[in-house]
Amino acid sequence: MSQLELKRNKALEARFVADEDVLKHISDNGGVKVRKDRAQLELNIKRFVKKLENISDDDEAQEILEEQNYVAVLGACAEASELAQTPGKNVTFESSQYPEKPASTPKSSKKYSASNKAELKSKKNEFVSTTPYRLRKRLTAPSLRSDSESDYSASCSEEEEEDKDHKETSDVILDQKTPSKTRAAPASKKTPAKKLKEEMTSNLVEEYFEAHSSSKVRTSDRTLQKLQKRKLDQQTLLVLLNKAPPAFTAELKELNQQHESLFSKWMLQLHLGFSIVLYGLGSKRDLLEKFRTSLLQDSVHLVVNGFFPSITVRSILNSITEEVLDHMGTFRSPLDQLDLIMKRFKEDSSLELYLLIHNLDSKMLRGDKSQQILAQLASLPNIHLIASIDHINAPLMWDQAKQSLYNWLWYETTTFSPYLEETSYENSLLVQQSGSLALSSLTHVLHSLTPNARGIFRLLARYHLENKDNPSYPGLSFQDFYQRCREAFLVNSELTLRAQLTEFRDHKLIRTKRGTDGVEYLLIPVDNGTLTDFLEKEDEDI
Amino acid sequence: KMVLAQVVYQGKNDSEDSGLRFATCQLLWKQINSETEKIQEELNKQLFDNLIHFLRQSHSELQTKKTEWMCRMKSSEIPTAALVLGVNVTDHDMTFKSLSEVLQDNVTPYVVSLQAKECPGIKHLLQKLMGQLMDCNVDVDSSEEEECVNISQKKIRCSMASLSKWYESVTKKTDSETPSKKRTSSSRHWQSPPIVVIFKDMESFTTKVLQDFIVISSQHIREFPLVLIFGIATSPMIIHRLLPHSVSSLLCIELFQSLSCKEHLATVIDKLLLTTQFPFKLSEKVLQVLINIFLYHDFSVQNFIKGFQLSIVEHFYSQPLSVLCCQLLEAKKRVNSLSHNQCENIRSLPSFRRYVESQVSEKQIALLTEDSFLKEVTQTLLEDLHIYHENYFTVLRCLHVFTTSLPKYPLGKQIRELHCACLGKSVWETEEYESAIQLLRMLAKDELVAILQKCAEIFISSSGKQFSNTVEKLEEFLARFQNLEETSEVQDVSVSSQKELQKTTDLYHLQKTLLALKESKRSKKLTKFEMLRFEVVDFIDSLVRSYLAPAEMQTLNEVVYFNTANTLREHLNAAPRIALHTALNNPYCYLKNQTLKSDVGCISNTAPDICIVYKLHLECGRLINLVDWLEAFSTVVTAVEGTDPDAVATDQVDEIIHARFIRAVSELELLGFIKPSKQKTDHVARLTWGGC
Repeated sequence: MSQLELKRNKALEARFVADEDVLKHISDNGGVKVRKDRAQLELNIKRFVKKLENISDDDEAQEILEEQNYVAVLGACAEASELAQTPGKNVTFESSQYPEKPASTPKSSKKYSASNKAELKSKKNEFVSTTPYRLRKRLTAPSLRSDSESDYSASCSEEEEEDKDHKETSDVILDQKTPSKTRAAPASKKTPAKKLKEEMTSNLVEEYFEAHSSSKVRTSDRTLQKLQKRKLDQQTLLVLLNKAPPAFTAELKELNQQHESLFSKWMLQLHLGFSIVLYGLGSKRDLLEKFRTSLLQDSVHLVVNGFFPSITVRSILNSITEEVLDHMGTFRSPLDQLDLIMKRFKEDSSLELYLLIHNLDSKMLRGDKSQQILAQLASLPNIHLIASIDHINAPLMWDQAKQSLYNWLWYETTTFSPYLEETSYENSLLVQQSGSLALSSLTHVLHSLTPNARGIFRLLARYHLENKDNPSYPGLSFQDFYQRCREAFLVNSELTLRAQLTEFRDHKLIRTKRGTDGVEYLLIPVDNGTLTDFLEKEDEDI
Repeated sequence: KMVLAQVVYQGKNDSEDSGLRFATCQLLWKQINSETEKIQEELNKQLFDNLIHFLRQSHSELQTKKTEWMCRMKSSEIPTAALVLGVNVTDHDMTFKSLSEVLQDNVTPYVVSLQAKECPGIKHLLQKLMGQLMDCNVDVDSSEEEECVNISQKKIRCSMASLSKWYESVTKKTDSETPSKKRTSSSRHWQSPPIVVIFKDMESFTTKVLQDFIVISSQHIREFPLVLIFGIATSPMIIHRLLPHSVSSLLCIELFQSLSCKEHLATVIDKLLLTTQFPFKLSEKVLQVLINIFLYHDFSVQNFIKGFQLSIVEHFYSQPLSVLCCQLLEAKKRVNSLSHNQCENIRSLPSFRRYVESQVSEKQIALLTEDSFLKEVTQTLLEDLHIYHENYFTVLRCLHVFTTSLPKYPLGKQIRELHCACLGKSVWETEEYESAIQLLRMLAKDELVAILQKCAEIFISSSGKQFSNTVEKLEEFLARFQNLEETSEVQDVSVSSQKELQKTTDLYHLQKTLLALKESKRSKKLTKFEMLRFEVVDFIDSLVRSYLAPAEMQTLNEVVYFNTANTLREHLNAAPRIALHTALNNPYCYLKNQTLKSDVGCISNTAPDICIVYKLHLECGRLINLVDWLEAFSTVVTAVEGTDPDAVATDQVDEIIHARFIRAVSELELLGFIKPSKQKTDHVARLTWGGC
């Protein structure tokens, strides 16, 4: 939620304000209800003018001019005005120019300021509500604005279809609201804070169900590709982040010092049979690492990086049996292994192990069985467990029985440090996977095949790349493919081709899909970059 | 362990006796722990005796003659004990552990405990069963045989047939053992001891496994005596819900009820807290936290004791003067060897300062300047504190006897509630106490006499000598009540008036006499009984006022009372989601930077990236468009940097913001607020709701 203030240098400041304030603001401006109270309208305008008062006259004039232009532009595509991308909150904009319409044309809140201006002139327009998020977006630097304007006009036509849909729904909403025109207006101004709050909560509830009523979610169709932002890979991401100036170093240091003063207490409690779990925002990796280096140097300890994508309970158990207990041999099941560990630790009370687990709640360890095993390990009096959790629902992993095995003591260690290590393995949407893994697996699989099979795959890959710019490319049809393979002397019968394809399919190198006409199409589910790399490499080999 | 103490208190000045404190703490905890075990044992004794009796009965025929037993077992019913334990699952482990120990000591070496999670299938179940049985056997045998058994264990195909074969060989072996050995074993166990299988958590077993096991073993019941024990957390009905009639008819079930956790807790509180045996005490708030966790979260006595342990550790860790938290004699000795630093610590105690202020000025100066004088005074103060506790617990029990007889229990039914009420503030100033006294003044004679007798017993059994007067007084009261009964010649005023009532005939007179009657009743002199009752209640009231003063008022109470309830709650009953939300929503709570200071619910745009991204995501619905999100983020961030908007376009800055956004979004993903969505390109799904 934001409010806007214009700065002298025309750089706009966007800032967050409280939900309550915004709701108050909204209700002051009409409280989600359509209102015909004129006097109050003027009050609104005054307030708006007040906000603008620190702009110089010239600027203001220019600003207004710009805004007017903008209104004109808006008028052009008023029919297809963009819907709010944030469901539940959209500005509806009722103008006297459409008196015959029972419901107003829904407009996104980006037109908030514009409608304000319009109001200045006509004094008849009315607000229903605002979406400050849009608003903030709208009123940024001028250059940005012109950018997004074109963007929006483009998207207007694209989204016309969807807009109509939305208009219908919002019409319905407004229809519901129109009967209440008379009741709401006076009430919202003078309601005591309490009543206002009640109303707000009920509105929130309504909004929630409104947002979740239809299965379809309305968001804009913009994609990162259109934004021309190249996907960053992990390396460049790190480089870029290092360039970003660090913030609040002093405060962060103080926070960390607070936590570090607890180290000796942790040590004591670990020894008394408790396990310690750290929670709170921010990476706790450095903290635990510091704990380890300052207090555990002389004792046997095992550090488990839970966030590592290939960590398993078995690997944890293996390192305990192999590294700590010097036990060589295999086990039928993790439970057997656990039994051995428990037996050994119970027999030998001089044996001590500190277990440090970063992210006990990671995807690989959060399973019930893993947690059970770890809890049983933690219940041993001479295994001291200290772990960190981050996921908001992490405590749900443990039932009463596990919790009593773990014997947790909770410590809040909010560090605000970035989760650099922890997120680097996450398959983030925005981070380009380097693809080196996929490439190497591709070459490995292919090298184990006959030259003919490799040829078949190369043929398909070339065809795939030729069509990479065709968005409606369905894949290569089987018959077509067979023909091509025959021509290249790669196969002599359909049967041999099918046998080869089965091989590929087993290694997930190709995928088959039936088209609408019942024809079988073949696709390679590997991204184009990797495929190109692969072909280049293949050509080198040959 | 002393090495550990050094590690733990590393860097701390030992002028605060940290080593000694640690040792004291360890000793105290050891004592308390053994006490809790003792309590548990005593409480379970009845139950275990019943169980053993049942086991004995179920195979009594076996003891006398094998053939008879065979006859009985033709019906192939398996004797089964259903043990209803209650929902406090965490306490069950302790119970089962001691149960199997008791059984192994008294009945049979062949006790097997099974847990549902170990037995996903019948095969695993049998494997576990055999494994544990072989281990039991090893217990009796020599160590050499252990090896071969271990080896054979892996080779044996786990089946009921092999089990019965094993049983046969084992019993034969015991028979053929040397006489001396036989005597020892037979003294403890019966001749052909039954195999007891305990299903710790019956509800969690899969129906199929249970059914299969019961059906199979009922086939073999003739070959070896088998007894099942089901641990049940809910209600005995679950047996019939889990097992069809055809299977449950193979069982001969007897029901056993374990002690309720509430009683268990009451005993624990009684033995650990309401006693002078242990010097360490919990303040009202701490006790309240622990009881709340018990009542509202888990009903687990184990967890209550864990909380108690944590309080001990915290107290000894954080309070330097806790070195004096030991038995009185020892504490007096320790006072003498206190360092100057520790003396200063005493002087800074709030309760001690209060004490100093109440003294005459010369004494004040002496207390604040002379360590030796301070030590002397401290010794007497510690003694006073000890006496206070002795009196407190006795009077508390006495008052409890009174309050439990009242309707609606204005001061609580349990003694712990009364204890909390008295610990926190002066109980006689509360409304509840007022109404309790009112009700006491209306007690009937029989009740009052019974209560007084109980109180007298309590006072007599208490060690304090200062109660000899009280006991005398109580006995006097009792004697007077006795006298009252003998000389109960109540001059019946009302009888005569009643007669008058019958005489009057006209309405006017009737009304008049009725009014007069009412008047006389109101102003009627109290009967002797009523006067005595008032006296008794006043006496009790005076006892309460003189002995149940709140602990906080006592000088040096900080030495033995642990009162940081907050730490306890944070560590035992944490709210990680709230912490996360606060950090994201209001970073100023953690980062005390003025630029972050904002009103409730607001967030400064200089806040850490993740806070901004979080705040923005709260404004969205179920799906979030990444492009819009990114743009909104960059708007907020660039606005705060105050850079010229035209310069923003430079790629460098843009890229950095992009990278920061990526990081923040991946962090939110790690925290579980969003996840990638395939519904639409470049969208993520929101996983939490709420916000705006």
